[in-house]
Amino acid sequence: MSLSTTDARAFPLQPARGRRNRPNTGVGSRPGFLAYGLLVATLLGFAYPLWWSFVVASGTNATRGETLPLIPGGNFWANAAEAMDAIPFWLALWNSFVVSSIITISVVLFSTLAGYAFAKLRFRGRDGLMIFVIATMAIPTQLGIIPLFILMRQFGWTGELGAVIVPSLVTAFGVFFMRQYLVEVIPDELIEAARVDGANQFRTFLNVALPAARPAMAILGLFTFMAAWTDYLWPLIVLNPTNPTLQTALSQLQSGYYINYSIVLAGAVLATIPLLLLFIAAGKQLISGIMQGAVKG
Amino acid sequence: MTSTIKAADAASAGDAAGREIVRPKLTFGQRLSWFDVKASPYAYISPFFLLFGLLGLFPLVYTFVVSLHEWELLQGQGDFIGLENFATTLQDRFFWNSIFNTLSIFVLSTVPQITMAVILAAILDHNLKGKTFWRMSVLLPYVVTPVAVALIFSNIFQEQSGLANNLLGVFGIEPIEWKRETWASHVAIATMVNWRWTGYNALILLAAMQAVPRDLHESAAIDGAGGIRRFFSITIPSIRPTLIFVIITATIGGLQIFAEPRLFDVSTAGGVGGSDRQFQTTVLYLWEMAFFRQDFGRASAIAWLLFLLIVGIGLINFLISKQIASAEGRALNKKTARMLAKREGVSA
Repeated sequence: MSLSTTDARAFPLQPARGRRNRPNTGVGSRPGFLAYGLLVATLLGFAYPLWWSFVVASGTNATRGETLPLIPGGNFWANAAEAMDAIPFWLALWNSFVVSSIITISVVLFSTLAGYAFAKLRFRGRDGLMIFVIATMAIPTQLGIIPLFILMRQFGWTGELGAVIVPSLVTAFGVFFMRQYLVEVIPDELIEAARVDGANQFRTFLNVALPAARPAMAILGLFTFMAAWTDYLWPLIVLNPTNPTLQTALSQLQSGYYINYSIVLAGAVLATIPLLLLFIAAGKQLISGIMQGAVKG
Repeated sequence: MTSTIKAADAASAGDAAGREIVRPKLTFGQRLSWFDVKASPYAYISPFFLLFGLLGLFPLVYTFVVSLHEWELLQGQGDFIGLENFATTLQDRFFWNSIFNTLSIFVLSTVPQITMAVILAAILDHNLKGKTFWRMSVLLPYVVTPVAVALIFSNIFQEQSGLANNLLGVFGIEPIEWKRETWASHVAIATMVNWRWTGYNALILLAAMQAVPRDLHESAAIDGAGGIRRFFSITIPSIRPTLIFVIITATIGGLQIFAEPRLFDVSTAGGVGGSDRQFQTTVLYLWEMAFFRQDFGRASAIAWLLFLLIVGIGLINFLISKQIASAEGRALNKKTARMLAKREGVSA
């Protein structure tokens, strides 16, 4: 699971340190100023819009007029408080948290179950069904929103969080991801051994598959949570402005006729804080998750 | 295990039945276990297939049924009208406008994004100081949600004293009407997408680059191939499958852009994609048709046409890249084999 290719690079020591003499093998070698320069430029380009938002959010509307404002003012909490008054911020935060958590638990649970079956159990139709799962990953099911809306209205769920949660309870990607992982990490002998010891299928799943699946479950959970947290189109359709998720609430800040930019940006910064905290806490897992999905996808 | 014992007791009761069977009879416990082995896989996959079928596939298919009817948000299902909604949509200039905008923004976001991601990945593939720091810093924009990105950048691209025009002013460039002009607005929206996704894709490509055998680079370097040459002859062909993956994901996502154009300029036109629909994407038009104009029939026709477009472009992408990949793959394999053989010859 751990992506240790970098450590495994057995790279011959460079005997000559001369700039032009040694064969510059590029990859794996110490990069020059140009590489670091480009990286710093990228970092600035990626980070400055966020910092700019914070600076404007902590200033007044006039701060926006400055060419390259760098120093934050002292009005952030005042502006943030106004943003929180303009929209039901705490309710939206709570709703987003509930929705994303339930979706995450459900996706991880059902993906692990199905992924395990596809990876390690033999049954009729397995390969055909797996191809079906892979094919559906490329299908934009998002375009089914109109019947989905009709369905939710018939259930009487429009305006309720259930309407946001239910359509996202499973994903084809989750099943694919867990299968790819479990097919490699669980040796068939281990399942055989569990069976010989008299464990039934479900016990084998609980005692053998689940512990082995835990790292992949964590990564899938992280990405599912982020996807649910950032979703905008469907909650916008199916929820009311009085009972929003964080994303739909945030978008309301922009919809007034008169826009106070400091307040809008204070809202944007506020709404970014939860995922920023998640990023600081689990950034390494996010990175290895992205890189793993790539190698196996 | 306890279940086996209990089942063995129960098995004696079932002994009388099935006397004709010649082969040694299974005890109830064995039969239970056989059933467990046969049925469990289906039990494990069924929650996914049931939920996905009901809430993923069924709505998609039913969209087609809705599109064949007169169907309003409030009145509900009306008369069956065949393909009339499709005919109306295909003659609707707003629909074609939205397709043009979608494709334009798609190209403006995909091409620079993937080019930049490849370059960034190549830099990150070096033996950098502070590896984790750089990787985290390219991923930073990914944690900003599309809605927040849209709010931030619609302020940056504000025509009067937004950051973008302020910076252009430093170089003596006249302010650009980012929200009024078609191309400028497409560039602005593509910038949002690029900002959020470039680092993410760079990390995917970096993983693929790290899987390229180092030997290959070394032998090529010994043979006198320069960095640029090796990048195009070794790195790019080796990461091609991942590149295809990235391109296809970017296609599926890029053709369904919604939050960015919806929130780019809310105050002038209520968020339907500009005062003149100059940056209204197809999903945004679909949304307008369904929930503003409340015509579910026509909205469903739009959804199906967009669906066909996405699947079509996805397939074309796939076929093209597959062909290139197999041609390159053959060449690469030969080259690799030759190089490795040479190296082994040297070390042996």
